[in-house]
Amino acid sequence: MRIRVDPDKCTGHARCYGLSPELFDVDDYGLSSVAGDGAVPVELEDKARLAIANCPEYAIEELPE
Amino acid sequence: MSDAVTDWATDYDIFDPAYVADPFTIWDDLRARCPIARSGRYGGSWLPTRMADVTEIARDIEHFSSREITVVPTDTDSEVLPAGSPPIQADPPVHTWTRRLLLPWFSHSRIATYEPYTRALCNRLVDGFIEDGSADAAADYAQQIPVRVIGRILGVPDDMSDTFTGWVRSILEFANDEERRVAARDEAIVYFIGEMEQRRGRDGDDLISTLLRAEVDGEQVSDEFILGMVGLTLIAGADTTWSALGSSLWHLATHEEDRVRLADDPALLPVAVEEFLRAYSPVTMARIVTEDVEVAGCPMHAGDRVLMNFPAANRDPDAFENPSRVVIDRAVNRHVAFGAGIHRCAGSNLARMELQVGLQEWLSRIPTFRLAEGDEVTWAGGQVRGPRHVGVVFP
Repeated sequence: MRIRVDPDKCTGHARCYGLSPELFDVDDYGLSSVAGDGAVPVELEDKARLAIANCPEYAIEELPE
Repeated sequence: MSDAVTDWATDYDIFDPAYVADPFTIWDDLRARCPIARSGRYGGSWLPTRMADVTEIARDIEHFSSREITVVPTDTDSEVLPAGSPPIQADPPVHTWTRRLLLPWFSHSRIATYEPYTRALCNRLVDGFIEDGSADAAADYAQQIPVRVIGRILGVPDDMSDTFTGWVRSILEFANDEERRVAARDEAIVYFIGEMEQRRGRDGDDLISTLLRAEVDGEQVSDEFILGMVGLTLIAGADTTWSALGSSLWHLATHEEDRVRLADDPALLPVAVEEFLRAYSPVTMARIVTEDVEVAGCPMHAGDRVLMNFPAANRDPDAFENPSRVVIDRAVNRHVAFGAGIHRCAGSNLARMELQVGLQEWLSRIPTFRLAEGDEVTWAGGQVRGPRHVGVVFP
């Protein structure tokens, strides 16, 4: 599983970082990005789905394999 | 008092006691049959109730301006606050640069530095009433926390807290009492102008001092903007979070199963806090229509006021499964308690920290509590909804 944060949609709610800090970085202006290259370890896939399901801006997407 | 509301779809009054006490059933009714209500009260406004409509408006900054964001008109404010209260009361480009100045103060890493103070403060407050076996969870606890944290960020003395609380209540809770609102507003402005003068030319590290030294595109930020941003930080940072914390404590005082579960498993708190924010969203903002536009079939005209009903959006059955039920481990929760789009609440990380710490410390010291019998809970509404008195006992 790979994910990305769409920088045009993210407005800095930081819900993803709050729920799944292993998978995201957040900058001084509140904007999120994926940690590393966005590859999600198998054991964190549920947390990635949780982050996707809690983003009010629909800014996180799962990339096709 | 104004006249009784006859039909909520055409004549709603967000200061009506029935609306303040239980807006949820009114929104459910409106959402099913309107879904955007209209009222001529307080200069007239529109009231969307669905998630799709509220977020569409929030993201359409071309048609919906933030040049006025209060739920009732505050026409005289521009005389004393010529720059308004940016970034919340501003459109790009002013919104963009003022927001960039404030955001680092509310980043995750910065918020972590406020946490030890917040935790100690919560415990000090509990120390003050735990031996009594009873307390007002709203006034003795929730109301005391955010205003002090904001005071520290602004670099003002702790003993101003009660004065700040009074100003914020007059400006938001009693916004329909123009005389009271203006008096509080003017006192706050005089106070903050004085605080700015004391800090000018010095090297303080508080928010006011830092803004006084800030430069944007090589130019110093003018006092008008700093005054607006400082006033906003106080007003937006106090009432909102204390209302959300008070609602959360009220919920726990009235829902034993949730209270026991959270007291036993504090690791659930981050998710539970989001659910409390969804179910008891405190804040309604406003926008002004810039040019004629239609939303969900409603013809909105330039100059119209639209109430950004984030709390109702968060109860929309099209957006949430079983929205009337508070599910403290709700997995799918795209709530917009902090707004949506470019005006997402700049202080949301601070609010979250205060809510999590405030609930965690209360539950660790007072895991068992319930409403005091015969002691009526009172609610405030309008721009910000939350309980003002929540008598609880913990024998």
